[in-house]
Amino acid sequence: MKWMKFLLTGIAFGIVMAKSEAISWFRIQEMFRFQAFHMYGIIGTAVLLGVIGVALIRRYNIKDFQGNPIHFQPKERSFVRYLAGGTIFGLGWALSGACPGPIVVNIGYGFFAMIIVFIFANAGTFLYGFFKDKLPH
Amino acid sequence: MNPVFLPPQLLAMKEFLTQPWSWWFSGTMIAAIMFSLVYFGQSFGFSSNLRTICAAVGLGKKVPFFDFDWRSKSWNLVFLLGAVIGGFIAHQFLSEPGAAVQISSATVEDLAGLGIGAPTSLQPDELFGWEAVFSLKGFLVLAVSGLLIGFGTRYAAGCTSGHAISGLSNLQWPSFIAVIGFFIGGLIMTFLILPLIFKQ
Repeated sequence: MKWMKFLLTGIAFGIVMAKSEAISWFRIQEMFRFQAFHMYGIIGTAVLLGVIGVALIRRYNIKDFQGNPIHFQPKERSFVRYLAGGTIFGLGWALSGACPGPIVVNIGYGFFAMIIVFIFANAGTFLYGFFKDKLPH
Repeated sequence: MNPVFLPPQLLAMKEFLTQPWSWWFSGTMIAAIMFSLVYFGQSFGFSSNLRTICAAVGLGKKVPFFDFDWRSKSWNLVFLLGAVIGGFIAHQFLSEPGAAVQISSATVEDLAGLGIGAPTSLQPDELFGWEAVFSLKGFLVLAVSGLLIGFGTRYAAGCTSGHAISGLSNLQWPSFIAVIGFFIGGLIMTFLILPLIFKQ
Protein backbone atom coordinates (compact mmCIF):
# COMPACT_ATOMS: atom_id res chain seq x y z
CA MET A 1 0.00 0.00 0.00
CA LYS A 2 2.93 2.28 0.79
CA TRP A 3 4.15 1.94 -2.78
CA MET A 4 0.79 1.74 -4.51
CA LYS A 5 0.28 5.51 -4.58
CA PHE A 6 3.61 6.04 -6.32
CA LEU A 7 2.90 3.24 -8.79
CA LEU A 8 -0.49 4.74 -9.67
CA THR A 9 0.95 8.27 -9.96
CA GLY A 10 3.66 6.86 -12.23
CA ILE A 11 1.06 5.10 -14.39
CA ALA A 12 -0.87 8.38 -14.69
CA PHE A 13 2.38 10.14 -15.64
CA GLY A 14 3.16 7.55 -18.32
CA ILE A 15 -0.32 7.82 -19.82
CA VAL A 16 -0.20 11.64 -19.84
CA MET A 17 3.25 11.72 -21.44
CA ALA A 18 2.13 9.29 -24.16
CA LYS A 19 -1.32 10.76 -24.84
CA SER A 20 0.01 14.34 -24.90
CA GLU A 21 2.54 13.10 -27.49
CA ALA A 22 5.32 14.68 -25.39
CA ILE A 23 7.21 11.37 -25.83
CA SER A 24 7.35 11.90 -29.60
CA TRP A 25 10.59 12.89 -31.33
CA PHE A 26 8.45 14.73 -33.87
CA ARG A 27 6.85 16.92 -31.17
CA ILE A 28 10.25 17.82 -29.70
CA GLN A 29 11.56 18.76 -33.16
CA GLU A 30 8.47 20.89 -33.72
CA MET A 31 9.14 22.60 -30.37
CA PHE A 32 12.82 23.35 -31.01
CA ARG A 33 11.88 24.70 -34.45
CA PHE A 34 9.21 26.95 -32.85
CA GLN A 35 6.65 25.65 -35.35
CA ALA A 36 3.78 24.82 -32.99
CA PHE A 37 2.37 25.88 -29.66
CA HIS A 38 1.63 22.32 -28.45
CA MET A 39 4.70 21.61 -26.24
CA TYR A 40 4.83 25.22 -24.98
CA GLY A 41 1.14 24.93 -24.10
CA ILE A 42 1.74 21.73 -22.10
CA ILE A 43 4.75 23.04 -20.16
CA GLY A 44 3.23 26.54 -19.82
CA THR A 45 -0.04 25.19 -18.38
CA ALA A 46 1.83 22.94 -15.92
CA VAL A 47 4.09 25.79 -14.78
CA LEU A 48 1.23 28.32 -14.48
CA LEU A 49 -0.82 25.92 -12.33
CA GLY A 50 2.39 24.97 -10.50
CA VAL A 51 3.17 28.58 -9.56
CA ILE A 52 -0.40 29.08 -8.31
CA GLY A 53 -0.38 25.78 -6.38
CA VAL A 54 3.00 26.40 -4.71
CA ALA A 55 1.85 29.91 -3.69
CA LEU A 56 -1.39 28.50 -2.22
CA ILE A 57 0.48 25.76 -0.30
CA ARG A 58 2.76 28.44 1.18
CA ARG A 59 -0.05 30.92 1.90
CA TYR A 60 -2.27 28.41 3.68
CA ASN A 61 0.51 26.21 5.15
CA ILE A 62 -1.02 23.14 3.55
CA LYS A 63 0.32 19.88 5.04
CA ASP A 64 1.16 16.64 3.30
CA PHE A 65 -0.82 13.39 3.80
CA GLN A 66 1.01 12.63 7.04
CA GLY A 67 0.39 16.11 8.42
CA ASN A 68 3.98 17.29 7.90
CA PRO A 69 4.58 20.82 6.60
CA ILE A 70 5.45 20.93 2.88
CA HIS A 71 8.91 22.32 2.15
CA PHE A 72 10.02 23.34 -1.31
CA GLN A 73 13.76 22.77 -1.35
CA PRO A 74 15.45 25.85 -2.86
CA LYS A 75 17.95 24.93 -5.60
CA GLU A 76 21.60 25.41 -4.72
CA ARG A 77 22.88 28.79 -5.97
CA SER A 78 25.24 28.50 -8.91
CA PHE A 79 25.44 29.43 -12.55
CA VAL A 80 27.96 27.30 -14.44
CA ARG A 81 26.53 23.89 -13.58
CA TYR A 82 23.00 24.84 -14.61
CA LEU A 83 23.98 26.45 -17.89
CA ALA A 84 26.61 23.85 -18.86
CA GLY A 85 24.65 20.85 -17.62
CA GLY A 86 21.45 22.18 -19.13
CA THR A 87 23.12 22.69 -22.51
CA ILE A 88 24.57 19.17 -22.52
CA PHE A 89 21.16 17.72 -21.63
CA GLY A 90 19.50 19.87 -24.33
CA LEU A 91 21.82 18.39 -26.96
CA GLY A 92 20.72 14.89 -25.98
CA TRP A 93 17.04 15.84 -25.69
CA ALA A 94 16.89 17.20 -29.24
CA LEU A 95 18.81 14.19 -30.60
CA SER A 96 16.61 11.33 -29.35
CA GLY A 97 13.60 13.54 -28.64
CA ALA A 98 13.25 12.20 -25.12
CA CYS A 99 14.00 13.49 -21.65
CA PRO A 100 14.43 10.91 -18.85
CA GLY A 101 10.69 10.38 -18.14
CA PRO A 102 9.66 9.91 -21.77
CA ILE A 103 12.60 7.50 -22.34
CA VAL A 104 10.99 4.91 -20.08
CA VAL A 105 7.43 5.73 -21.20
CA ASN A 106 8.58 5.00 -24.77
CA ILE A 107 9.92 1.61 -23.66
CA GLY A 108 6.52 0.74 -22.19
CA TYR A 109 4.84 2.01 -25.34
CA GLY A 110 6.85 -0.50 -27.36
CA PHE A 111 9.67 1.61 -28.80
CA PHE A 112 12.34 -0.77 -27.53
CA ALA A 113 15.20 1.15 -29.18
CA MET A 114 14.82 3.53 -26.22
CA ILE A 115 16.31 0.80 -24.01
CA ILE A 116 19.67 1.75 -25.56
CA VAL A 117 19.11 5.42 -24.71
CA PHE A 118 18.13 4.41 -21.15
CA ILE A 119 21.21 2.25 -20.58
CA PHE A 120 23.53 4.96 -21.88
CA ALA A 121 21.72 7.62 -19.83
CA ASN A 122 22.66 5.63 -16.73
CA ALA A 123 26.22 5.43 -18.06
CA GLY A 124 26.18 9.22 -18.58
CA THR A 125 25.09 9.80 -14.99
CA PHE A 126 27.88 7.45 -13.87
CA LEU A 127 30.42 9.48 -15.89
CA TYR A 128 29.17 12.66 -14.24
CA GLY A 129 29.62 11.10 -10.79
CA PHE A 130 33.10 9.91 -11.77
CA PHE A 131 34.31 13.31 -13.09
CA LYS A 132 32.23 15.46 -10.72
CA ASP A 133 35.16 16.90 -8.76
CA LYS A 134 37.03 17.91 -11.92
CA LEU A 135 34.09 19.85 -13.37
CA PRO A 136 33.34 23.52 -12.73
CA HIS A 137 30.13 23.97 -10.72
CA MET B 1 -15.59 -6.09 -25.20
CA ASN B 2 -18.07 -4.89 -27.78
CA PRO B 3 -18.26 -1.10 -27.40
CA VAL B 4 -21.97 -1.24 -28.26
CA PHE B 5 -22.59 -2.60 -24.76
CA LEU B 6 -20.86 0.35 -23.09
CA PRO B 7 -23.17 3.06 -21.75
CA PRO B 8 -22.98 6.31 -23.77
CA GLN B 9 -21.16 8.22 -21.00
CA LEU B 10 -18.38 5.62 -20.95
CA LEU B 11 -18.19 5.60 -24.74
CA ALA B 12 -17.83 9.39 -24.80
CA MET B 13 -15.10 9.18 -22.15
CA LYS B 14 -13.30 6.43 -24.06
CA GLU B 15 -13.38 8.54 -27.21
CA PHE B 16 -12.05 11.57 -25.31
CA LEU B 17 -9.19 9.52 -23.83
CA THR B 18 -8.35 7.71 -27.07
CA GLN B 19 -7.74 10.86 -29.11
CA PRO B 20 -4.43 12.70 -28.63
CA TRP B 21 -4.84 14.90 -25.54
CA SER B 22 -4.97 18.68 -25.81
CA TRP B 23 -2.12 20.78 -24.41
CA TRP B 24 -4.27 22.32 -21.69
CA PHE B 25 -5.59 18.95 -20.44
CA SER B 26 -2.09 17.42 -20.54
CA GLY B 27 -0.50 20.39 -18.77
CA THR B 28 -3.18 20.31 -16.09
CA MET B 29 -2.60 16.58 -15.55
CA ILE B 30 1.16 17.13 -15.20
CA ALA B 31 0.56 19.79 -12.53
CA ALA B 32 -1.80 17.35 -10.78
CA ILE B 33 0.91 14.65 -10.84
CA MET B 34 3.49 17.07 -9.42
CA PHE B 35 1.17 18.08 -6.56
CA SER B 36 0.23 14.46 -5.88
CA LEU B 37 3.92 13.69 -5.30
CA VAL B 38 4.25 16.81 -3.12
CA TYR B 39 1.20 15.71 -1.12
CA PHE B 40 2.83 12.28 -0.70
CA GLY B 41 5.81 14.06 0.89
CA GLN B 42 8.12 13.78 -2.16
CA SER B 43 8.93 15.92 -5.19
CA PHE B 44 8.63 15.62 -8.96
CA GLY B 45 12.06 14.97 -10.50
CA PHE B 46 12.66 12.06 -12.81
CA SER B 47 16.37 12.14 -13.65
CA SER B 48 17.51 11.51 -10.06
CA ASN B 49 16.36 7.93 -10.73
CA LEU B 50 19.48 7.49 -12.88
CA ARG B 51 21.69 8.29 -9.87
CA THR B 52 19.58 5.97 -7.70
CA ILE B 53 20.02 3.12 -10.21
CA CYS B 54 23.80 3.67 -10.27
CA ALA B 55 23.79 3.48 -6.46
CA ALA B 56 21.49 0.45 -6.37
CA VAL B 57 23.81 -1.60 -8.61
CA GLY B 58 26.67 -0.95 -6.18
CA LEU B 59 28.66 1.80 -7.90
CA GLY B 60 28.86 3.62 -4.55
CA LYS B 61 31.81 1.36 -3.70
CA LYS B 62 33.82 2.94 -6.50
CA VAL B 63 32.48 6.51 -6.72
CA PRO B 64 31.43 8.45 -3.59
CA PHE B 65 28.66 10.32 -5.52
CA PHE B 66 26.73 7.05 -5.60
CA ASP B 67 27.41 6.16 -1.97
CA PHE B 68 24.13 7.17 -0.33
CA ASP B 69 21.02 5.52 1.06
CA TRP B 70 19.40 4.83 -2.30
CA ARG B 71 16.56 2.93 -0.61
CA SER B 72 15.18 6.26 0.60
CA LYS B 73 14.64 7.07 -3.10
CA SER B 74 13.02 3.79 -4.05
CA TRP B 75 9.57 5.48 -4.15
CA ASN B 76 10.83 7.20 -7.34
CA LEU B 77 11.86 3.85 -8.87
CA VAL B 78 8.30 2.67 -8.25
CA PHE B 79 7.12 5.85 -10.02
CA LEU B 80 9.48 4.96 -12.92
CA LEU B 81 8.00 1.45 -13.11
CA GLY B 82 4.55 3.03 -13.18
CA ALA B 83 5.62 5.29 -16.06
CA VAL B 84 6.62 2.21 -18.11
CA ILE B 85 3.25 0.57 -17.37
CA GLY B 86 1.49 3.85 -18.23
CA GLY B 87 3.18 3.88 -21.64
CA PHE B 88 2.03 0.29 -22.20
CA ILE B 89 -1.58 1.10 -21.21
CA ALA B 90 -1.65 4.22 -23.42
CA HIS B 91 -0.55 2.15 -26.40
CA GLN B 92 -2.66 -0.97 -25.80
CA PHE B 93 -5.92 0.52 -24.57
CA LEU B 94 -6.00 4.28 -25.25
CA SER B 95 -4.77 4.67 -28.83
CA GLU B 96 -6.16 4.38 -32.30
CA PRO B 97 -4.01 1.79 -34.11
CA GLY B 98 -1.60 3.45 -36.53
CA ALA B 99 -2.39 7.01 -35.42
CA ALA B 100 0.33 9.41 -36.58
CA VAL B 101 1.43 12.58 -34.76
CA GLN B 102 -0.21 15.60 -36.39
CA ILE B 103 2.79 17.93 -36.44
CA SER B 104 2.86 21.22 -38.31
CA SER B 105 3.43 21.06 -42.06
CA ALA B 106 6.45 23.38 -41.66
CA THR B 107 8.12 20.75 -39.46
CA VAL B 108 7.25 17.95 -41.91
CA GLU B 109 8.93 19.99 -44.66
CA ASP B 110 12.04 20.75 -42.57
CA LEU B 111 12.41 17.09 -41.58
CA ALA B 112 12.01 15.97 -45.20
CA GLY B 113 15.13 18.05 -45.88
CA LEU B 114 16.93 15.80 -43.36
CA GLY B 115 15.60 12.67 -45.07
CA ILE B 116 13.08 11.95 -42.32
CA GLY B 117 9.61 11.10 -43.60
CA ALA B 118 6.28 12.49 -42.36
CA PRO B 119 5.02 10.79 -39.16
CA THR B 120 3.33 7.40 -39.53
CA SER B 121 3.27 6.81 -35.74
CA LEU B 122 4.67 8.56 -32.66
CA GLN B 123 8.32 8.03 -33.61
CA PRO B 124 10.36 8.09 -36.82
CA ASP B 125 11.59 4.73 -38.13
CA GLU B 126 14.72 6.56 -39.29
CA LEU B 127 15.79 6.73 -35.62
CA PHE B 128 13.93 3.98 -33.77
CA GLY B 129 13.25 1.29 -36.38
CA TRP B 130 15.31 -1.91 -36.13
CA GLU B 131 17.18 -1.13 -39.33
CA ALA B 132 18.43 2.13 -37.79
CA VAL B 133 19.17 0.57 -34.40
CA PHE B 134 21.39 -2.13 -35.94
CA SER B 135 23.35 0.30 -38.09
CA LEU B 136 26.49 1.86 -36.59
CA LYS B 137 25.25 5.41 -37.10
CA GLY B 138 21.79 4.67 -35.72
CA PHE B 139 23.21 2.95 -32.64
CA LEU B 140 25.65 5.81 -32.00
CA VAL B 141 22.83 8.38 -32.26
CA LEU B 142 20.90 6.58 -29.49
CA ALA B 143 23.96 5.87 -27.34
CA VAL B 144 25.42 9.38 -27.54
CA SER B 145 22.00 10.90 -26.89
CA GLY B 146 21.69 8.75 -23.76
CA LEU B 147 25.16 9.76 -22.53
CA LEU B 148 24.40 13.47 -23.04
CA ILE B 149 21.03 13.15 -21.26
CA GLY B 150 22.42 11.23 -18.28
CA PHE B 151 25.52 13.39 -17.89
CA GLY B 152 23.77 16.71 -18.52
CA THR B 153 20.80 16.15 -16.22
CA ARG B 154 22.99 15.25 -13.25
CA TYR B 155 25.44 18.10 -13.95
CA ALA B 156 22.46 20.48 -14.09
CA ALA B 157 20.88 18.69 -11.09
CA GLY B 158 17.60 18.12 -12.88
CA CYS B 159 15.74 17.59 -16.13
CA THR B 160 12.45 18.80 -17.57
CA SER B 161 10.44 17.62 -14.55
CA GLY B 162 12.83 18.85 -11.85
CA HIS B 163 13.74 22.19 -13.40
CA ALA B 164 11.23 23.20 -16.11
CA ILE B 165 8.15 22.08 -14.12
CA SER B 166 9.00 21.84 -10.39
CA GLY B 167 11.75 24.47 -10.32
CA LEU B 168 9.94 27.12 -12.36
CA SER B 169 6.76 26.51 -10.31
CA ASN B 170 8.80 27.41 -7.25
CA LEU B 171 10.25 30.46 -9.11
CA GLN B 172 13.81 29.14 -8.82
CA TRP B 173 16.42 31.22 -10.64
CA PRO B 174 18.75 28.19 -11.13
CA SER B 175 15.94 26.33 -12.88
CA PHE B 176 15.43 29.25 -15.23
CA ILE B 177 19.16 29.15 -16.11
CA ALA B 178 18.94 25.38 -16.63
CA VAL B 179 15.94 25.76 -18.98
CA ILE B 180 17.87 28.39 -20.98
CA GLY B 181 20.61 25.75 -21.20
CA PHE B 182 18.11 23.11 -22.40
CA PHE B 183 17.21 25.42 -25.27
CA ILE B 184 20.79 26.40 -26.13
CA GLY B 185 21.66 22.70 -26.41
CA GLY B 186 18.42 21.82 -28.18
CA LEU B 187 18.80 24.57 -30.78
CA ILE B 188 22.46 23.70 -31.45
CA MET B 189 21.47 20.05 -31.99
CA THR B 190 18.42 20.87 -34.12
CA PHE B 191 19.95 23.47 -36.41
CA LEU B 192 23.69 22.71 -36.45
CA ILE B 193 24.30 19.04 -35.64
CA LEU B 194 21.24 17.16 -36.96
CA PRO B 195 21.90 18.44 -40.52
CA LEU B 196 25.43 16.99 -40.25
CA ILE B 197 24.19 13.62 -38.95
CA PHE B 198 21.33 13.23 -41.43
CA LYS B 199 22.75 15.05 -44.42
CA GLN B 200 21.59 13.58 -47.69
